[in-house]
Parts: sequence; structure tokens; C-alpha cells
Amino acid sequence: MKNNIASLLAGALLAASVVGSGLASAQTTTLLNGSYDVAREFYKDYNAAFVANYKKTTGKDVKIDQSHAGSSAIARSVAEGLDADVVTMNTSTDIDFLADKGVVAKDWNKKFPGNASPTTSTMLFLTRNGNPKGIKDWDDLIKPGVQVVVVNPKTGGNGRYAYLGAWGHVRAKGGTDAQAAEFVAKLYKNVPVLASGGRAATTTFLQRNIGDVLITFESEVVSINREFGEGKVDAVYPSTSVLAENPVAVVERTVAKKGTGELAKAYLDYLYSDEGQEIAAKHALRPRSEAVLKRHADVFKPIKLFTVEEYFGGLAQAQKVHFNDGGQFDKLYTAPK
Amino acid sequence: MAAVISAAAPLAAVGGARGAKRVLPGFGLTLGYTLFYLSVIVLIPLSALFFKTFTLTWEQFWSAVTGPRVLASYRLTFGASLFAAVVNLVFGLLVAWVLVRYKFPGKKIVDALVDLPFALPTAVAGISLTALLAGNGWLGQYLEPMGIKLAFTPAGVVIALIFIGLPFVVRTVQPVLEDAEKELEEAATSLGATRFQIFYKVILPHILPALMTGFAMAFARGIGEYGSVIFIAGNMPMISEITPLIIIGKLEQYDYAGATAVAVVMLFFSFVLLLVINALQAWQRSRTGTKS
Repeated sequence: MKNNIASLLAGALLAASVVGSGLASAQTTTLLNGSYDVAREFYKDYNAAFVANYKKTTGKDVKIDQSHAGSSAIARSVAEGLDADVVTMNTSTDIDFLADKGVVAKDWNKKFPGNASPTTSTMLFLTRNGNPKGIKDWDDLIKPGVQVVVVNPKTGGNGRYAYLGAWGHVRAKGGTDAQAAEFVAKLYKNVPVLASGGRAATTTFLQRNIGDVLITFESEVVSINREFGEGKVDAVYPSTSVLAENPVAVVERTVAKKGTGELAKAYLDYLYSDEGQEIAAKHALRPRSEAVLKRHADVFKPIKLFTVEEYFGGLAQAQKVHFNDGGQFDKLYTAPK
Repeated sequence: MAAVISAAAPLAAVGGARGAKRVLPGFGLTLGYTLFYLSVIVLIPLSALFFKTFTLTWEQFWSAVTGPRVLASYRLTFGASLFAAVVNLVFGLLVAWVLVRYKFPGKKIVDALVDLPFALPTAVAGISLTALLAGNGWLGQYLEPMGIKLAFTPAGVVIALIFIGLPFVVRTVQPVLEDAEKELEEAATSLGATRFQIFYKVILPHILPALMTGFAMAFARGIGEYGSVIFIAGNMPMISEITPLIIIGKLEQYDYAGATAVAVVMLFFSFVLLLVINALQAWQRSRTGTKS
């Protein structure tokens, strides 16, 4: 029996050593940017520019790694210990979540200009070439026979902004919340497929040829033209839409451990530089800099933008009222038809 | 000893011989390793799942797992998995039968094809199936004018689950069918049994445990399946949302406890169903005296 226990222990130790040796040691000269899917191309360009600039101004070499997934998937992995130095997201709720966990500063949105959002975007419509259904504004989306492709607000930030855009459009015209609810209900009756994420929605619309109009981020238009060729879709700018901020934050937990605080700050600061803003504009992310925005006025058509704050009291509040279980969005689908 | 190793006899037979020298060292060491491995890989992650749900009160747990959308998703997930597993039960048996009992050109390729759903990333399967069945797809463009809409409906979910479940039935039934003694069938024929009687009384009792195992595995796999379904389902609440998507949705809103609560419910029902299937198998074995 004693012999058995000894060999049992030996087996456990052997296994433990196998597991232990698999853990790699961390590098310190690199910076990890945890970011959302659709920003991959933008940060690829931006990283190259930043590394060159950092070398020029400080003489130091740095290497930037990227980790991409859905915005909240990244937030979850960072909360659970992914050693990202900075997070660059597409919804502030994801960074608020990290602030709640004590991973980023509580006042993260005061640490950088413009709500710590160096770029913004908005929701607009993509129709098939020539806009055969004549879609001009939100009201056209609820017409019978118009099929709208949109992301499920439960599973993607893209979908949440589309929903808030539709709701806010009614409010912006002077409507009440009840009228907005009715409008949004009608809109989702015209939705044949709820995509699970931004890219899935694009695939459904362009490769599966489902739907007459896709509601998505302005920045997605550039990617679509690059992937599918120019002229397959028309971008339609509605009369009003929602301002979507792309917030950034330093992950205090990681930089304290790795001693990369200064580098992380420099990395995010540079997003506000002319060069950083210029690269963002090229990827159809609206720059904060007025001068750069003006230079790209042909891409960023003027559109009346409202903030989530204005009609929803912030994203956290909107999440609670509209998207959490039992919220407005659930009521749309569980109400007797 | 040499005879045992060189023979194709299953390894289990080696362990069964009392006092004989074993190929793998010591019972204590191997059992210790097994327990450790199972703990690390299965038990610890699963217990973490349960601990997360303990942060909920009973009322919170109940409302998380019984929302109308959640209930609708159970119906779809368990219903579609069951249906797909039944289809695979029938057609998987047929495939296994053809592969075991016939020789034909290209048999090796057909045999390898069966395993493809195992190897393919499920998302790839989902995207390909959608491309095939959507309104502008190869098949979809002919089916949809006839009013048969498969992609973005619960039917699409069933198709994806049939695809990923097929190898489970084929690969569990195939070896048992190979072992089946043809002499028994010949004897039955000489005694005047009809084809149906031979299948029902001779072949089926022999392969039934394997068949049920394959069925149970295909069914269980279907319940947990996410990647292949998500592209073809359309994900409409109350209609074509699978339970794993509900869980992902809850995670997206940082509702960890709610997500794990639903996962625990799934786990519970899967476990009960697998237990029932195992019990059926045991009952079957005791009735027919088939050993396997």
C-alpha cells in the first residue's frame, strides 16, 4: 500500500513537471496591445509608424504585439490575466468592466483627451450597388419588403450601436421613448439574420447576398471596398446617427509588473499626433483632430451625430435598460407576436 | 508473453491476466496519473463552472436559466441534436455497413472522408454549409425557389449537427461490425431466417451497444456544438438561437454567473441523457447477453 501511494505521488509529480515546463517566460521589451477585430489593419499601420517614431525620439527599439478578438472577449482575457499593456476598444463598457476589476484606472477616460478616445466612428448603411431600394434614412429601413442585416446587440458592439442609432434617430426627431421602441421593433421585424459579430454580418450581406441593407460602422466601408472591390456597395449616410467612441486605456496591472508605463503612455499619446490621426483617417476612423478631419472631408461626410450620453445616459445605462437579459431588446423578441 | 504482444488482442486483455507482467508500469502509478490527468483536464475546470454559479442566489439562478429566450434555445439545441443523432444513427449504420461488407473502388477514400468532420475546424464546416445552402449557394439557389429554406432556419442547425455527428456513429459501429461472425448469419440463413430476421435477431443485438454509444456521442457533441452552427443558424431569438450562443451572449454582457448557470443546466441534462443511454445499453446487454 505504501508503495502504491509513493508511486501515485510520483505520477502526480511527473505530470506537474510536464505542465510547469510548458510555461514560457515573459519578454520585457515588447508592448502588447489588446484590441478588437476590426482594428487589426489600422494598428498594423500605426504600430510601424509608432516604432519608427519612438526610435527617432528616444533611440530605443520596441516591438508591438497585437492580440485581437471581439472587443469584450479581449476585455475578458485581460481581466483574467492576459498581460496586455494597453487596451484599445470599440465600446467604453469593455474598459469600464476592466476598471471595475481594478485592472485599469477608475478614471481611465480622463487620462487622455476626448474621453480617452483618439478616434470615433458612426453607424451608416451599406446598400447594394446603385441602392435599388432607394434607402436614404432610418425610416426607409422599416418599409415592408426591405431586409436589414444587423449584428445581434447581445453579442457585438457593432449591433449595440446600430440599435442605439435607430432608437436615437427617433428621439433626435423629437419622438418619445415609446415611439422609439415601436420603431426599433418594426426595424427588427425586417431583420432576416442576426449576425454574431461585425465581420459575420459583412459576410452575410456580401457573400451570402442576404438583405438589402447592412447597418455597420463607417470604418467597415474601407475594409469592404478593399476585400470585395470598389463599387459593390453604396454607403448611405442617414440624417442622424450615433457617435461611437473608440476608447483606449493603459492596463495598470500589467505596466506595474512589467515597468512599461511610460512606453504604454507614449504609445497611446501618439494616437493623438498628426501622424496617428492621419493613419486613423486612412482606415476610415474619424480623427479627433479637426484639421485632419477637414483634410478628409470627402470620406467623412457631415452627419448629425448624437452621443449615447444624450439619449441613453451613457453606454453602461444603455446596456442595463436595453441589452441585459429582460431588457428592451429581449422584449422585442419575446413579446407575443 | 510475446504471443500477447504480437497478437492483435486488445490491450485490456493483458491487464486482465492476473499476476502477469503488465506492459505499462504499476497499477498505482498509472491510476495516480489517470486521476491527476482527469482532475486537471476535466474535474477542475468543471468544478470552476459550478463555483461560479454559487455566486447566484437560487432566484437569480432560476431566472437566468428559465428566460423565454433561454427556454427556446434549449428546445432547439436538444431537439436538433436529438434529431441529428437519430438521422446519424440510421445513415451512420448504413455507411459503416457499406464500408465493412463491400469492396468497391475508392473505398479507402470514402473511409477517410468519414473522418473529415472530426478534423475540420467546425467554423469552416459552418461557413461551407452556409455557402452551399444559402439563397445564392450551389444547392440553395435551386431549393429556395421550391420553398425549401434551409440556411438561417432551425433546419440548418440540424444539417450542421448531422455533419459533425456522423463520424461518431460510423467509427463506433464499424469495428464491431467487422468482428461480427458471418457464420452466424449463414447459420441463420440455413435455418430459414428471412433477411429482416437476420438483421433484427442476429446483427442488431450484436451491434446495438456500439450503435447506442455512437448515438450518445453524436447527441452529446451536438448539444455542445457552436462553431458550425453559428453561421448557418441565423441566430434569431426564439427561433434559431442555440444555447451555446445564449451563453456567449451572457459572457458578452459580462454576466459570468448567468452564463455558467445556463452551462450547468446544459451539463446536467446532457449528463442525465447520457446516463439514460448508458442504462439502456446495460439493460440491452443483460437481456441479450451480448458482451462488449
